[in-house]
Amino acid sequence: MPEKSMRHAINDALSEELARDDSAYLIGEDVGKPGGSFAVTRGLHDEFGGDRVIDTPISEAAIVGSSAGAGLTGSRPIAEIMYADFMGLAVDQVMNQAGLFKYMFGGDVSVPITIRTVNGGPGSNAAAQHSKSLHGLFMHMPGIRVVLANTPYDAKGLLKSAIRSDDPVLFFEHMELYNREGEVPEKSYTLPLGEAAVEREGADVTVVATQKMLHHALNVASSVAGNISVEVINPRTLKPLDIDTLIESARKTGRVIVADESVIQNGPASYIARRIEEEAFYHLEAPVEVIGVDDTPIPFSPPLTEAVVPDASDIETAIREMPRI
Amino acid sequence: MPDEVAKHTEQLADQLREMILIREFETRVSSLFEDNELPGFVHLCLGQEAVATGACWTIGDKDYITSTHRGHGHSIAKGLEPDRMMAELFGKETGYCGGKSGSMHIADVSQGMLGANGIVGAGPSLAAGAGLSIEQSDEDRVCLSFFGEGSMAEGVVHESMNLAGVRDLPVVFICENNQYGEMTPAADQHNVDGFEARGEVYDMPAETVDGMSVHDVYEATAEAVERARNGSGPSLIICDTYRYHGHYEGDPTTYRTDEEVEQWREHDPIDTLEASLVEGGHLDESEVEAIRSTASDRIDEAVQFARDSDYPDEETAFEGVYTEEI
Repeated sequence: MPEKSMRHAINDALSEELARDDSAYLIGEDVGKPGGSFAVTRGLHDEFGGDRVIDTPISEAAIVGSSAGAGLTGSRPIAEIMYADFMGLAVDQVMNQAGLFKYMFGGDVSVPITIRTVNGGPGSNAAAQHSKSLHGLFMHMPGIRVVLANTPYDAKGLLKSAIRSDDPVLFFEHMELYNREGEVPEKSYTLPLGEAAVEREGADVTVVATQKMLHHALNVASSVAGNISVEVINPRTLKPLDIDTLIESARKTGRVIVADESVIQNGPASYIARRIEEEAFYHLEAPVEVIGVDDTPIPFSPPLTEAVVPDASDIETAIREMPRI
Repeated sequence: MPDEVAKHTEQLADQLREMILIREFETRVSSLFEDNELPGFVHLCLGQEAVATGACWTIGDKDYITSTHRGHGHSIAKGLEPDRMMAELFGKETGYCGGKSGSMHIADVSQGMLGANGIVGAGPSLAAGAGLSIEQSDEDRVCLSFFGEGSMAEGVVHESMNLAGVRDLPVVFICENNQYGEMTPAADQHNVDGFEARGEVYDMPAETVDGMSVHDVYEATAEAVERARNGSGPSLIICDTYRYHGHYEGDPTTYRTDEEVEQWREHDPIDTLEASLVEGGHLDESEVEAIRSTASDRIDEAVQFARDSDYPDEETAFEGVYTEEI
């Protein structure tokens, strides 16, 4: 299987879905001729033209709000919001519009929109307005599906499913994973929304990890192999969440660590921990450990960033400090 | 009478009929609310009937509208049935949205009614999206976007007008200036007189019309709709009008005088049209009486339908969140 970058895998998914469905279109700031600020949409404007790959004014609320309206009226928009932080400008359009229409309008409509956005920029020292991981915010909104692109393989298969979904989907790409390469089949494929992947099997401890944390976890699992057997699970989608796979692993290993780059308070990792403790309590050797960002914005200065954002060493410490391991 | 005049008169008579139906619906809603028969919040457009009727008269079934939290008039003008609207206000299963929307979110997307909206200024971005859909599908449709003058202070309205402008989208932005944004006079919320200037900013034709005249609203909207259909992009129409009741039912309206309300009532869109049609000999008193009694009967039926309908089953509270169970 050829290796491709996450950026390339996402570009392939967009190209294939635009070709497959005439009602799909791409919309966002600089997504057209410039090819996107992270070069993810490069070439698509040439391939599909300015009516299918639409450059907009700098207007996040209009991008997402118009997508909600277009989704209601027969289109399948794929919106790009340059940074997840900028979703703050379009939260109403998700929280009170797109996410509610199906329910509020009595169930007979669908809003098939995908909003791609970028989170997690601490390694780029992008500071507090360009680094937030906000998937937890959207898990809080009924009617919205939340998907993470953790590997190039996932990114392509999940994005194609997100675009085909008849519900609004928030699709999070990680700034520091765009260049990471991984195996991606040449042929078209989709991955179901709601199916976790056991990336590495193990017996002593389970690490449920998202985005960059997943790659840290896999590295740590390799480095401690021989002493500690680590099972690494990639949840892929947070809503729907494949809780069964997580519970099965928790029951097997009895020890669970959840690592995610968003804020811990009321965040995705805390929610996953709660579900595991609720449903696998009598199999656990210890409380579920949560790794994430404490209640602080992401700072600019590199040493400060390192102090705030968890890394591989935090995962390794958590593994080694698990009781009776 | 020349054919054209006869046709015009017939249209005005039909528009009168529709405005009377809207008023009858809302007057009844007001009394039902006062009698504690309706749950939730109710915002009425009494006095503003000419805007909904005049504007929606210019479009067809395949066209779209977006509305506001004051949307009963727009809904009826777009062709929604009073029975299912009333049932929705009662929270009954036969309502347009199965009792999940109430007054503030009534929608029937299959009829091009993309929803009343509880968020001030939310409609214009949805309308821009409908415009993008129309472009994508290469169809000959338009979207009318109703919003109050209070929305002119919301950023998303400007973003949407700008987007519609740069993309030449087939959208007609219709600002209903009923003089009050919630409970504060428009003059205290906007530092510029006359919203037409907003059209210039986005390079779209803009004009202010008498929103108490169904004829004036119709003429201006028809012209804008034609521009939108022939690819000439969006327009902005400001309709000067007035809401007789408060921001919400139960609002004590201490922020305005009875004299002010009376002054606007002298230009009532229904009374003035009715008087001119009677004076011109196009309608006689008995015909007017028949129109009013037909509307009243129609609303009696709607209320009966709503009262007789069942509440939705409790399990439906958890249904329809996603297109499939997740």
